[in-house]
Amino acid sequence: MQNSEYRLEMRNITKHFGGVKALTDVSLKVEPGEIHALIGENGAGKSTLMKILSGAYVRDSGQIFIDGNEVKISDPKESKDQGVAIIYQEFMLAPDLTVAENIYIDKLSAGKTFINWKELRNNAKEQLERLGFGDIDPNTKCGSLSVAYQQVVEICKCLTRNAKILVFDEPTAVLTFSEIEKLFSVIKKLKEEGVSIIYISHRLEEIFELSQHISVLKDGTYVGTVKTEEFDKHRLVNMMIGREMTEMFPERHARIGETVLEVQNLCAGMVQDVSFSVKAGEVLGFNGLVGAGRTETMRALFGADKKDSGKVIYFGKEVDWKNPKQAIAEKFGLLPEDRKKQGLLLKQSIRMNTTLACLNKITKLGFINHKSEKEFVKETLASIQTKYNSTEDNANSLSGGNQQKIALAKWIAADCKCIVFDEPTRGVDVGAKTEIYKVINNLAENGVAVIIISSEMPEIIGMCDRVLVMRNGKISGEVRKEELTENALIKFAMGV
Amino acid sequence: MSKKKVNIKEILIQYNAYIIFVALFVICAILSDRFLSLMNIRNIALQQAGPICVVLGMLFVILTGGIDLSVGSVMALGSSLSAYLIVFKSVPFQLAIVVAMFVGLVAGTVTGTLVAYAKFQGFVASLAMMTIARGAALVITNGSPIKMEADTLSLIVKKEYGYPILIITFAIIVIFCIIQRNTAYGRIVIALGSNIEAVELAGIRVKKYLVSVYAISGMLAALGGVFIAARASTGSGVISEGQELDAIAACVIGGASLAGGKGDVFRAIIGAFILALISNIMNLMAVPAYPQDIIKGIIIIIAVLLQLVTDRKE
Repeated sequence: MQNSEYRLEMRNITKHFGGVKALTDVSLKVEPGEIHALIGENGAGKSTLMKILSGAYVRDSGQIFIDGNEVKISDPKESKDQGVAIIYQEFMLAPDLTVAENIYIDKLSAGKTFINWKELRNNAKEQLERLGFGDIDPNTKCGSLSVAYQQVVEICKCLTRNAKILVFDEPTAVLTFSEIEKLFSVIKKLKEEGVSIIYISHRLEEIFELSQHISVLKDGTYVGTVKTEEFDKHRLVNMMIGREMTEMFPERHARIGETVLEVQNLCAGMVQDVSFSVKAGEVLGFNGLVGAGRTETMRALFGADKKDSGKVIYFGKEVDWKNPKQAIAEKFGLLPEDRKKQGLLLKQSIRMNTTLACLNKITKLGFINHKSEKEFVKETLASIQTKYNSTEDNANSLSGGNQQKIALAKWIAADCKCIVFDEPTRGVDVGAKTEIYKVINNLAENGVAVIIISSEMPEIIGMCDRVLVMRNGKISGEVRKEELTENALIKFAMGV
Repeated sequence: MSKKKVNIKEILIQYNAYIIFVALFVICAILSDRFLSLMNIRNIALQQAGPICVVLGMLFVILTGGIDLSVGSVMALGSSLSAYLIVFKSVPFQLAIVVAMFVGLVAGTVTGTLVAYAKFQGFVASLAMMTIARGAALVITNGSPIKMEADTLSLIVKKEYGYPILIITFAIIVIFCIIQRNTAYGRIVIALGSNIEAVELAGIRVKKYLVSVYAISGMLAALGGVFIAARASTGSGVISEGQELDAIAACVIGGASLAGGKGDVFRAIIGAFILALISNIMNLMAVPAYPQDIIKGIIIIIAVLLQLVTDRKE
């Protein structure tokens, strides 16, 4: 293999933040027309490295070569001029502007005084067709497009700037199955056109499907680069965390007891006629495509959304929770899917976040006992091995995994007897995932009835005693632990 | 390098409101020998009693991520209504105060209900209430001031009775400090401004709390208006125009964020005093009103710039 010509070469990049070393001597070599996966746990330095490439951060030392020429890259514009573009998880699109306007946002009038709308639309159309998305109307507003289509628009926007190096940062985190397939076809097409792609993802399946090379970072250092075809998941995870994959899902020794929750014919909006039950110590999975109604079912149950009809029996008693307060009062908790938007007060202290759902525990006549609160928070967090400096630090000072633990601690602090975990490990790295699984197992072992909503097949298969699959707002099937395979789940999820 | 150096810098940033206050105080004392006189200090205190009540109400609204533009008008309403009741309806002044506060509470509840249940933006709901309350105040007074007898409402600003308005204001400050630091209510108010959805999903009835902060703001605004009426022995529908902006400015100088979730009772009061000192010293030095506004604006910019530095650090 000829290795002399690289599209991008980053050599010995080092970066400090204050006294903390974020990157030490990290190197990365990307060939023209390849998909190069970049992996590592959260905090390994992937984002920092990409921010240096995009000019958002300035490196302390090290060199960057593009097509063999050394480039400076000290601000975002320089990086853009060199043909580097990054597709972030949160898109940089203006939701109220049309697709065409967004794609050509920085050259709407192409240097003339007035905008030639017709030409603009045609150009946009051409770009979209080139990627195989002729069905996107350049006149629709971006805000009304699905997330996947927005991503396509974002990609088009980068391509009109002649991007030669395209970085995808966790692009599939918010996409559905079919959307992911479409995205992959686009990425593969770009690769054939000679664009170099750096692909960051926690999902190993995707990396093996797409990439030719994989570079691994760990704790801000460069572990190595391997050829994808010569490697397997097992060895890759070992390389990332220095740990065996079989340890990913720790064993659980829970005794399954009495039925805790029984839902009969629940209807709420798109959710139709959903019935299920879960026992103490049991971990029940909810699988299905994004948008199948899993989250909606649980929110209606929890009182966060309106129920249309149906019966809920909780600890042998019929309940009708009109709002989350009533559900929590009876010790039913829900860990929402979007940690940042729904789960945490990011700019408030860890202490405040932990006790938000159980203020009555630490107050007398409305007055907070600060001392006992602190003790209580420390105890609760210690019980789930959360890493933090001080209970007074803001929640957003923590890594994703530990943030999720804080969100989770809230329900443990409130002594919940039945907890719904909606995508409990989204955006959490491999090591922290296992930690969260341990917490869930622990809860089950202590007799808590657990419901996990997850789109990640390995997680559902590795964690659940029983799985219900939803499709179009209805339960389309049930799979028992012995029969749990990806195939069985997909069949019910897709309705084939 | 040395750890001490870093700390001093951080203290400067962290406590910028106090530092500005102390610096201003010293400058005032140097510029005018009348500044430190007992009479002047007492005047500042009496003058600020009303506005500080308003600042406290505003702060809690701002903590939830909202804003209450109606406070200036509600002050005028409180002033007019109390004077009207005392002069034309022979109501004892104590009762007049209570009625005025109740009307302020109702006005705030309406604003809060529009925000919490009808999903109005705080700006819009309180803008409407601002117009309504101002109109009501002018209707009550018929557009001209209502002069009160000397021994009614003005008793609450008298030395012989131990300056009741100072005692009341001080008590309110203490209560607010305790609410913010030591109660679940204060905790929830801050949490609302951080992430209202997360708070709701944590089992807290957010709407009730939202209504309550506007209701309290309205009630305290009316009380502030009564204080001003007491000092002038006159009820008027045209007082306190723009007071809402001064109250917002005080909160912001005191480190509050209009995005919600950040702010402190004590520092907001310091913010109010910073604005008060600026006016006071310029009045003592016979500087006309317009340059005062310019300097006020500059102080706001400096305070917020300093806070941005702190935010970036986080």
